[in-house]
Amino acid sequence: MSSNDKQIIQINNLNKWYGDFHALNNINLTVNEGEIVVICGPSGSGKSTLIRCINYLEKFQEGEIIVDGTSIADDVKKIRQVRSEVSMVFQHFNLFPHLTILDNLTLAPIWVHQNKKEDATERALALLDRVGIKDQAEKYPNQLSGGQQQRVAIARSLCTSPKIMLFDEPTSALDPEMISEVLDVMVELAKEGMTMVCVTHEMGFAKKVADSMIFMDEGQIIETNKPDEFFKNPESDRLKLFLNQILDK
Amino acid sequence: MATYELKNKKSPPISEIGVIKWLHENLFSSLFNSILTLFALYLLYLIIPPLADWLYFGAEFGNVTNDQCTREAACWTYIGKKLNLYIYGFYPEEHYWRIHLTFALVAVFSFIPRLFKNNAHRFKLIAFLFISYPILAFYLLYGGIGLEVVETHKWGGLTLTIIIAAVGIVASFPIGILMALGRQSKMKVIRFFSVLYIEFIRGVPLITILFMASVVLPLFFSEGIDVDKLLRALIGITLFQAAYIAEVIRGGLQAIPRGQYEAADAMGLSFFQKTSLIILPQALKISIPNIVGSFISLFKDTTLVLIIGLFDMLAIVGLSTSDVNWLGRETEGYVFVAFVLWIILYSMSKYSKNIEKRYNTELDKEKL
Repeated sequence: MSSNDKQIIQINNLNKWYGDFHALNNINLTVNEGEIVVICGPSGSGKSTLIRCINYLEKFQEGEIIVDGTSIADDVKKIRQVRSEVSMVFQHFNLFPHLTILDNLTLAPIWVHQNKKEDATERALALLDRVGIKDQAEKYPNQLSGGQQQRVAIARSLCTSPKIMLFDEPTSALDPEMISEVLDVMVELAKEGMTMVCVTHEMGFAKKVADSMIFMDEGQIIETNKPDEFFKNPESDRLKLFLNQILDK
Repeated sequence: MATYELKNKKSPPISEIGVIKWLHENLFSSLFNSILTLFALYLLYLIIPPLADWLYFGAEFGNVTNDQCTREAACWTYIGKKLNLYIYGFYPEEHYWRIHLTFALVAVFSFIPRLFKNNAHRFKLIAFLFISYPILAFYLLYGGIGLEVVETHKWGGLTLTIIIAAVGIVASFPIGILMALGRQSKMKVIRFFSVLYIEFIRGVPLITILFMASVVLPLFFSEGIDVDKLLRALIGITLFQAAYIAEVIRGGLQAIPRGQYEAADAMGLSFFQKTSLIILPQALKISIPNIVGSFISLFKDTTLVLIIGLFDMLAIVGLSTSDVNWLGRETEGYVFVAFVLWIILYSMSKYSKNIEKRYNTELDKEKL
């Protein structure tokens, strides 16, 4: 649990439809500063859609999301402001293949935060050093392995000193032997007090660092709990089934 | 259990190395291919000797008149005598230096930015040169303050061909990009007009647009206003080309994965930043071969301007062979023009391969 209880993300009565399909059904969720929230659930349960609503990659029709005091409505300025404070790590890394690793990292600091190029470069190199790939700075993304690319993506999202980091299944597209190198970086971040919302199936990671667990199914939050209770004494049948399925593997 | 001595390495059989292997794989790999090879050799035997004879061995290069010149083979003397017409059209000879300078400036202007190491300075300089060059080029070619005016109807030959193609290429490119983006736009009105424009132009042959520009358009101008014929052709060609470029670039835009847009959005980049820094560079890179292909066909299409009375290089053939001193030398003229166009277009194609390689940041270099 975090030391102070400043609520940095508040999601109130959120509803989203894709056409007739009710993708998110009355979601209420609060994330405190420094808290690490892990969202899990079967595929199609709406967990990715939920975190993509937080930085408005997905539009929603009802309810509100307040990020660090700013309520995102359909207002370009507010959306950009929220996005400059919230970074996201994607399942498929989404590095920019036409830019070097270094340019991938300095892009947002230079263009969104108006940092000087020298400062941005210095900070980018320090971050690359931290995720263990400083010597690859001049290479292009496609010359790196999947695990390295995802570590670059994490470094890229740290470059702008975000207040919140969203992880959308960061290890799902990786070969098994590369998962741990990415999770190690995420554990480091968690220990440093970063506010993190992670959609992931890595239950080992969740047990190690999560402050709270959320289980979603059919666009609804079914169960939330502290990790200990969540794994030891799941209440709902669906969560029991889900945990059986993924922990047996 | 068994152990084996390490054996000496042997050379491969003779059919697997050198010329024999090459012949076998490329020319005689099957009975059918062998027959094709022999047939092709026979065709070459029929064509090449007479062609070489006409082009070179029997051809006339000396300083002779048309009547003294052979009819059995090429009379390159004619090309020599009409070379200025082919290259400069009716541009006054004492002003040829202005054309030379205009083209030399391209080389100079594209070299100067390389002297600057600082990217920001270099970018500003390139932008400045890019904007100032057309003004300078127009001043040099057309004249005005301090320079004798050379009316555009005197422009012709290869010079005119290159001017039309260059203006068409440079001016259509930004319009094409805007149209391609417009067609992808979320704003319905913009999308509607982009689609309307692109589909209208693509549904009409260039000849029609040139006729419209040269014959129909003046009907709308009030008495006394006369828009230059060359300018009208340039506008027509640019608008035509822009629609094709737009479609080529749209193909590139559609190849960009959604994740690229999302990553750019998630960073907080504005629409303009996202488009110019992330999406367009990748889309253009993918489109390079098709863009250049489209420019190559534009270059060939410029020869159509002869139907509205502009004398590009191809039109010079008809013009120069109606000179009583050089009647009946069309063949030489067409061969010469074809050769010059081929050199230019082949260079464009090679150059395109070159930039494709240079901007390739993917790993599959060997595929290119």
